[in-house]
Amino acid sequence: MTAEVVGGARRELAVEARDVVRRYQLDGVSVEALRGVTLRIEQGAYAAIVGPSGSGKSTLMHLLGCLDRPTSGTLLLGGRNVADLSDAELAELRNRTIGFVFQSFQLLTRTSALENVALPLVYRGVRRAERRDRAAAALEAVGLGKRMGHRPGQLSGGEQQRVAIARALVGEPTVLLADEPTGNLDTRSGAEVIALLGRLNSERGVAVVVVTHDLDVADQARRRIHVRDGLVERDTGALGPGVDPR
Amino acid sequence: MRTGEAFRVALDALRANRLRSGLTMLGVVIGVAAVVLLVAIGSGAKQEVEQQVEGLGSNIIFVVPGKFEFGSAPTVSRLTLDDVDLLGRVVGDPGRVAVSVASGETVSVGPREMFATVNGVNANVPNVFDRRVARGSYITPTDVDTRRRVVVLGSSVARTIFGDIDPLGRQVSVAGVRFRVIGVFQPQGSTFGVDRDAEVHIPVTAAQRLFGVERIDALAVKAPTVDDIAPLQGRLVSALQDKYPDEEFSAVTQTQILGTIGRILGLLTLVLTAIAAISLLVGGVGVSNIMLVSVRERTREIGLRKALGARQRDILLQFLIEAVLLCVAGGLIGIGLGVGASLAVNAVSPLPAVIAWWSPALAFAVSAAVGIFFGVAPARRAGRLDPVVALRTE
Ligand SMILES: Nc1ncnc2c1ncn2[C@@H]1O[C@H](COP(=O)(O)OP(=O)(O)OP(=O)(O)O)[C@@H](O)[C@H]1O
Ligand SMILES: [Mg+2]
Repeated sequence: MTAEVVGGARRELAVEARDVVRRYQLDGVSVEALRGVTLRIEQGAYAAIVGPSGSGKSTLMHLLGCLDRPTSGTLLLGGRNVADLSDAELAELRNRTIGFVFQSFQLLTRTSALENVALPLVYRGVRRAERRDRAAAALEAVGLGKRMGHRPGQLSGGEQQRVAIARALVGEPTVLLADEPTGNLDTRSGAEVIALLGRLNSERGVAVVVVTHDLDVADQARRRIHVRDGLVERDTGALGPGVDPR
Repeated sequence: MRTGEAFRVALDALRANRLRSGLTMLGVVIGVAAVVLLVAIGSGAKQEVEQQVEGLGSNIIFVVPGKFEFGSAPTVSRLTLDDVDLLGRVVGDPGRVAVSVASGETVSVGPREMFATVNGVNANVPNVFDRRVARGSYITPTDVDTRRRVVVLGSSVARTIFGDIDPLGRQVSVAGVRFRVIGVFQPQGSTFGVDRDAEVHIPVTAAQRLFGVERIDALAVKAPTVDDIAPLQGRLVSALQDKYPDEEFSAVTQTQILGTIGRILGLLTLVLTAIAAISLLVGGVGVSNIMLVSVRERTREIGLRKALGARQRDILLQFLIEAVLLCVAGGLIGIGLGVGASLAVNAVSPLPAVIAWWSPALAFAVSAAVGIFFGVAPARRAGRLDPVVALRTE
């Protein structure tokens, strides 16, 4: 396991990207969404990724979540090179280690909120009754205890976003990757979600990486990673241990 | 993921998309039902004709002028009543030779009339063929010798022109000439909607005068045993050819007739099978189409499931179970529908339909194979994509 010294303590690395490039081929034109990103997220970290639209934030998140493959460069999860993992190992990683909140929610439209949230547990072999209990608890946690039977189409944008967050939480991952989780929420529910992310990080030690345009969210994070044109422009984590980025 | 869980995931997915599931199933239902029905009609027709030819009686040799071949033109007969005696001597028993000269005529009593086949026969017909008289008696040798105007009625002729009245001893008009009813045949039923009881028998001598002819159309000889058939065939033909050196004659058995009919029915069955194959193909194309579309449409779902921790084999298992469930349900409904339709055809139309055990099995196997192949192959491909790539597909 890769480890490094942060603030005097040995802290394990949750995710590491080494010189990662992601190039898209579109009608013969190649677009470089990421042009060589190197990044280390320690276990228990709380980082915010900020940057203008189209700068490559979502692309980076997908790579960190093992949902995509870099064109070049290396991705390490818990010290293991993602490129070397088998399909089953990757699936296990996505299922147990990572919780992902998509920018566009990605809910199954013909399925209830409860079943949407329970889906990760299905692939973990959790029994139906327990799945329901845990999914219900996760929905309660995001304030949707009264909307469990609704389908995504019967929920508001903010409610759908919270269902997506509940689904990322239900499996109790050690790394939570959230792509603009408050983008569709009003100030109050946005604040609730942020508080929730904060508690997950401080109480359970979940590493939280969140893409946001919301300064409140960015403020709460101990570390801010600025992305521009596919490159990490500024990373307050790089300032070194013990330095308050604010 | 356990298989039971995969089952439930598949079931949930099917239930969540009722219309699509229904349409996919419809393709299988139609394909299977069409095959079952068409094959049933083909085999039914074949079986019916075979039963009928066999039902004529056993060891019968038909002697007809000309060549007996499928497609050859019928020959005008030069056979006469003297030839009955000739063949009787060849067989060694005059009682084994039956004779026929036939024509379609109107049979009537007062205002009630019916168009029927009038068959001029000798007294040996019940002996050679299995024709039974239900009431009264059959034509005797004396009736033939004295050209007596007596008639044995087919059951539907009797019913049509006499109704509930007992026809025995009554007068009927056959082609305008009065005959006395001496018997009524047992009913034989119908074949392909053709009434086999719309027939009357009169003495051959009376028939020749009635039709104004000297000829007879055909002779039938009942061989004593199966082993006698082959040698008799040769002797019958050569005896006739000695007498009529310029003519050709044929002596054919039921087996040979069955062979010829079999060829005709083989053609029919081929056509029906081709139609069935086409409908199976159409059904299969329908199934594969919807399967392809459904997997495409669900590439996002596949991507999401993978993002949440599904392995490739979980995805494959889900789609395999979905395809199998659809095909099995559709196949069973199709078999039910095909069998039901066959029974209905049997009941309400003259076409007989006999369900062959292999046709539902075959149709089912083909459509299931198509459904599973076209459902699973694209799901397999989609399952290999990286989650984000799959999620981005429209
Ligand atoms: N599938 C794709 N094919 C081609 N180009 C893509 C694809 N996905 C993203 N891009 C391009 O890559 C760049 C980065 O996209 P990305 O979604 O990572 O931006 P982002 O920082 O998340 O923006 P936003 O804040 O609007 O969500 C953009 O220029 C985008 O057009
Ligand atoms: Mg984005």
